[in-house]
Amino acid sequence: MFQIVEKKKLNDAVVMVRIAAPLIAKKVLPGQFIIFRLDEFGERVPLTVADYDREGGTITLIFQIAGETTRQFSLLEAGDSILDLAGPLGVPTELPEGTKSVCVIGGGVGCAIAYPQAKHLHSLGLEVDTIVGFRNKDIVILEDEFRACSDNLYLCTDDGSYGTKGFVTNVLQQQLEQGKKYDVVIAIGPVPMMKFVCKTTEPFGVKTIVSLNPIMVDGTGMCGGCRVTVGGKIKYACVDGPDFDGHQVDFDELMRRNGTYKRQEQECNLFRKEVQ
Amino acid sequence: MAGKFNMAPNKVPMPERDPKERARCFQEVAMGYTPEQAREEATRCLHCKAKPCVSGCPVGVPIPDFIAAVAAGDFLQAYDIIRTTNSLPAVCGRVCPQENQCEGKCVRGKKGEPVAIGRLERFVADYAREHGYTGKQETAEPNGKRVAIVGGGPAGLTCAGDLARLGYQVTVFEAFQVAGGVLMYGIPEFRLPKTIVQQEIQSLKDAGVDIQPDMVIGKILSVDELMESGYDAVFIGSGAGLPRFMNIPGEGLVGVCSANEYLTRINLMHGYDPKYATPVIQSKAVAVVGGGNVAMDAARSALRMGAEHVYIVYRRSEAEMPARLEEVHHAKEEGVEFQNLCNPVEILGDENGRVNGLKCIRMELGEPDESGRRRPVAIPDSEFVLDVDTVIMAIGTSPNPLISGTTKGLDTNRWGCLVVNEEMATTKDKVYAGGDAVTGAATVILAMGAGKTAAVSIDEVLRGKA
Repeated sequence: MFQIVEKKKLNDAVVMVRIAAPLIAKKVLPGQFIIFRLDEFGERVPLTVADYDREGGTITLIFQIAGETTRQFSLLEAGDSILDLAGPLGVPTELPEGTKSVCVIGGGVGCAIAYPQAKHLHSLGLEVDTIVGFRNKDIVILEDEFRACSDNLYLCTDDGSYGTKGFVTNVLQQQLEQGKKYDVVIAIGPVPMMKFVCKTTEPFGVKTIVSLNPIMVDGTGMCGGCRVTVGGKIKYACVDGPDFDGHQVDFDELMRRNGTYKRQEQECNLFRKEVQ
Repeated sequence: MAGKFNMAPNKVPMPERDPKERARCFQEVAMGYTPEQAREEATRCLHCKAKPCVSGCPVGVPIPDFIAAVAAGDFLQAYDIIRTTNSLPAVCGRVCPQENQCEGKCVRGKKGEPVAIGRLERFVADYAREHGYTGKQETAEPNGKRVAIVGGGPAGLTCAGDLARLGYQVTVFEAFQVAGGVLMYGIPEFRLPKTIVQQEIQSLKDAGVDIQPDMVIGKILSVDELMESGYDAVFIGSGAGLPRFMNIPGEGLVGVCSANEYLTRINLMHGYDPKYATPVIQSKAVAVVGGGNVAMDAARSALRMGAEHVYIVYRRSEAEMPARLEEVHHAKEEGVEFQNLCNPVEILGDENGRVNGLKCIRMELGEPDESGRRRPVAIPDSEFVLDVDTVIMAIGTSPNPLISGTTKGLDTNRWGCLVVNEEMATTKDKVYAGGDAVTGAATVILAMGAGKTAAVSIDEVLRGKA
């Protein structure tokens, strides 16, 4: 059992929990994830580790309420426990030798994962620009945290209700056109957003790392459920990733495969609504 | 002994559920012997001097001795006899390919059917469990030495059980939420009920084995860190769980998965039971590619999940099928359709990227290859399309590089299997390995045999050090 020591709602649909998991906290590095299972009847769900406290023995997870399991998770409070937590899984983010300037891009709840990246890279002394995008003002998260670890923070909303109006790709395009040089761009967020970030950087020849989010079951490389096509080859995101060279990823296939269980997921949510 | 032998040429039949009824539910197919049936079958054993059956058993169960106890009606004593060498009898009685092992060597098999050793072992284990009997366990005094076991599958559990009995303090590190390995995620409920697996594991815990779930060794702790934290030896029984795909066009379509994923969702995660949250792909027509036990398990599971048509697509002929005879027989009875001498060349999809067909080519058997099996050769212009919406790949698995890749000094061969000597010692001092991690995908009982051999070696080395 793994106890929740702190819980906070970051907005209506995004929840942060800090969980006691000393062995994972001791080992985990940015880019890695865990698999959790709430209870005996629960499914195994992957979440990237958003932060960690090696001395305090805790890890922080930030998730969006997107379906039945995350809804149940969001109902737990500090003091409650979850049944299973396995990790750290996947390989930590690796930057090319000699990287000096980085642009970290977060979309929506992906900002929860982009933030520890930015913080980590900033602490290593790199020049870090961050571009974070949200649908609207109400769901902006971690703004102050990003500001504290960014050389330049660009915040945008789809509807212009806060920050610049538009998508993260608009800001990125502008920066690159103005001659801004980044050694690496790291993009974390919804699949379409990562796809378009890669399309934006490709003509400029900027190395782009994406953190993929395929469906997973075990997270240890024994089922291939999370397989993605990278550079024409099958890769398992749980052991070879979740980070990959974005210019090599088949995003359309990933989007399709992520819809495999759409019907069952919807039925599950409908069922819960009827019960309530 | 009751004096006279039962000279009937055939085994006492074991009651089974009706194929039509069972093909739609996950309840166990074979229902086991009654005490009367068990005693009747037990008297078929001739108690021959040579005991070839014992030499055919990878863990050396004293077969004629336990069968004599069954014949005498002393079922609990029979249980104790089996447990002297076998930690998981209820499992082995159900899933061992007895025709190639103990029963394959039985003298009675020369004229008629061999003694039903597997069914008798199963009966004894079930009888003991149903009567709450956990066995006479002779455990040595604790010797103060600690052994870490990586992987809670059949190899690891056997090694753990034997070492605990010898007085070692044993910890099993399991990556999943529950120990059992392939017994939990792979072999389906209708062949091996999960409560039975967990009860056998409970008896190991009762014998002092500590099991730590959710521990992915190679990630949360390395093998070196285990050694540094005070374990005197490590046994690696991490299996061969990395599924292979064919590298044919269309494997990225929605509706293609590995048998490991399909079976894990159904078995470990109870995906067939609506009380559990894990979804399973819903299919009308399924092609399972492969001819081993895993392929049979996936095909029979797909029927039970509601598929109207389930095909086994296998590139050789039925005679070459590696699956257990009984499983092939059961699959046919339940309505699985066999497409033998047939090989997939492409998976076809619709405009939404979902599977809508499997393009195959007919094969014929050519000259024997280096393994002695006749090599299948494609017949030109014989392509045809199987009308399916799901394709399950069951063409084998390889050892996961998670541990070999994070442990210095641990040699692997070109298939990624750990290299060991006859004592199951790896190339790293005090580190032993066995089971599928060493051999590649094989059987439960061979893994158990390896775990047993490793336990003996570890004991010899650690006692020598004392």
